[in-house]
Amino acid sequence: MEVIVCISKSPDTTARIAFTDQNTKYDEQGVQFIMNPFDEFYALVRGVELQEKEGAQLTFLNVGPASNDIIIRKALAIGGNKAVRIDTEPKSAWDVAKQIASYLKDKTFDLVLFGKETIDYNGSEVGAMVAGILDLPFVSNASKLEFENGNFILNRDIEGGIEKIRVAAPCIISAAKGMAEQRIPNMRGIMMAKTKPLEVVPAVETEDLVELVSYSLPVEKSGVKLVDPENMDELVRLLSEEAKVI
Amino acid sequence: MNILVFADHINGQFKKTAFESVSYASRVAKSNNGICTAVVLGKMNDPAKLSGFGANKILEVPYDGKFSSNVYSSVLMELANRENAELVVVSHDLNGKSIAGLLAAKWGAGSVTGVVSMPEFHNDGMDVVKGVFSAKAYARYRIKSAKKVISVMPNAFPPEEVGGDANIESVNISIPADRIEVLSVERAEGKVPLPEADIVVSGGRGLKGPENWHLLEDLATTIGGVLACSRPVADVDWRPHNEHVGQTGIVIRPKLYIAVGISGAIQHLAGVNNSKVIVVINKDPEAPFYKAADYGVVGDLFEVVPRLNEALKKYLK
Ligand SMILES: Cc1cc2nc3c(=O)[nH]c(=O)nc-3n(C[C@H](O)[C@H](O)[C@H](O)COP(=O)(O)OP(=O)(O)OC[C@H]3O[C@@H](n4cnc5c(N)ncnc54)[C@H](O)[C@@H]3O)c2cc1C
Ligand SMILES: Nc1ncnc2c1ncn2[C@@H]1O[C@H](COP(=O)(O)O)[C@@H](O)[C@H]1O
Repeated sequence: MEVIVCISKSPDTTARIAFTDQNTKYDEQGVQFIMNPFDEFYALVRGVELQEKEGAQLTFLNVGPASNDIIIRKALAIGGNKAVRIDTEPKSAWDVAKQIASYLKDKTFDLVLFGKETIDYNGSEVGAMVAGILDLPFVSNASKLEFENGNFILNRDIEGGIEKIRVAAPCIISAAKGMAEQRIPNMRGIMMAKTKPLEVVPAVETEDLVELVSYSLPVEKSGVKLVDPENMDELVRLLSEEAKVI
Repeated sequence: MNILVFADHINGQFKKTAFESVSYASRVAKSNNGICTAVVLGKMNDPAKLSGFGANKILEVPYDGKFSSNVYSSVLMELANRENAELVVVSHDLNGKSIAGLLAAKWGAGSVTGVVSMPEFHNDGMDVVKGVFSAKAYARYRIKSAKKVISVMPNAFPPEEVGGDANIESVNISIPADRIEVLSVERAEGKVPLPEADIVVSGGRGLKGPENWHLLEDLATTIGGVLACSRPVADVDWRPHNEHVGQTGIVIRPKLYIAVGISGAIQHLAGVNNSKVIVVINKDPEAPFYKAADYGVVGDLFEVVPRLNEALKKYLK
């Protein structure tokens, strides 16, 4: 079985959010970057489990500049056989999807795993777009993935429940919480990662359909109004008369 | 500008997000002298309901399969072409999310997901705003392609009843062969899904254990709210994972969010700080959540919550 896990980089979950260049650029100064949690905790670990249990060949795929290599090495320290980085500063979800699809189009694989979304641009788009470009079946937000008789059996999260789905390889799946449990790389893994191949491939030209105009920050709250804990009638009155939400 | 909008339903009942999307699309169509065409797949109890929310035309697609992002996106693309639609609107709920990117790629459309603004039109494109960095900022994007796809954030645009008498047409369309097979669907019946809830009552580690959740259940029942929780609470299985809100959980924007025994870590706030009104109940006056709150009660939740429940019961009687 050939499995590819797409991993992306995102600012640390506690990173300060600020912008430069007239609010058109994210200010990366002092920001620590991590692997996108949905990719690291769920897609990647499930890939590693398939490598361990099913003897899958596991490749990590990233679209990004050389500075992403730290994150790719971290992935390789958790597992996988090799990694591929498509060398470009990604411009948009569409750009990333085109890069990934053009890399995959002449490869053979059974499964491409994505995270359900990135925590910076919150698109939930890249996996779906790759499936659209390559015309492959796509299942999003899978919280469980098993491999049985050549098929993948999935739980897909839906509002207030789950759907159980069977899909044949090759297919594209996005991973949600529940698919696996986070793993911390150990010393042996970190050493082994150094010798695993990390191939750098050139990017293709893409056209931009969507352009960022500007960023803005939410308006700050005017301040909390404290209510006496003995007087919940007052809180109810405020919610009804002032906030008008009940 | 003609607009196609996908109206999703569960077992024949429209989702709240279907009314929101149709309402949104019809407002955009109206201000651009276009037609708002709503698409329904499968058997609906009352498809005409959509005309009340401004749809000019309702297309019923005969379909007896289950949800499939591949099938649904193909059908929407075909109908968008037939209706000369420039823009397709879906909801940013779990089905909509899995349709949007597929449809955009197949149709060759520029797309923005999780939209929280009405579109603004310019010579070289259409602007929409979405939340980025897990609700810590907004980004304005311009879609420059002729074809456009957007998904609209649940609970961002209340559905507006405007009345109308749209035609319902049953369309003749060949459904593409599906490559996924839905084996079963399990859904808690009659429960409002968390992203659609107007009022959410949420608990954190301050509740000390799952045995104390009856306090929040009672409060939620009184006020007509839906339960949520912080991540550690779901991680130790005090509560199911589908109640976990935050950066790595579900993102919600209810009218009222009541946070009980939750410290307000930045990753938690990322999932809830678009709520219209936030009430924080915490015994620690220094809890970071108070910075994001509208109303705060500094006190022991085991005393405050039952008291609030009684006060609400009295008020709602
Ligand atoms: C990568 C990453 C992603 C994360 N994603 C999420 C996420 O999506 N969602 C999320 O929630 N967290 C997330 N977290 C975890 C987050 O950082 C916090 O650890 C978590 O939100 C804390 O949960 P809590 O507020 O329930 O618990 P605590 O921080 O332990 O807070 C408990 C609160 O209860 C109060 N309390 C205790 N007893 C009482 C009482 N008797 N009466 C009143 N108040 C009381 C305390 O004063 C305290 O403020 C993430 C962390 C990381 C690193
Ligand atoms: N630059 C990237 N390189 C590789 N994979 C990516 C990249 N950006 C996003 N992805 C993948 O696409 C998923 C969804 O991203 P998004 O559509 O931005 O929410 C992520 O969880 C990753 O698996």
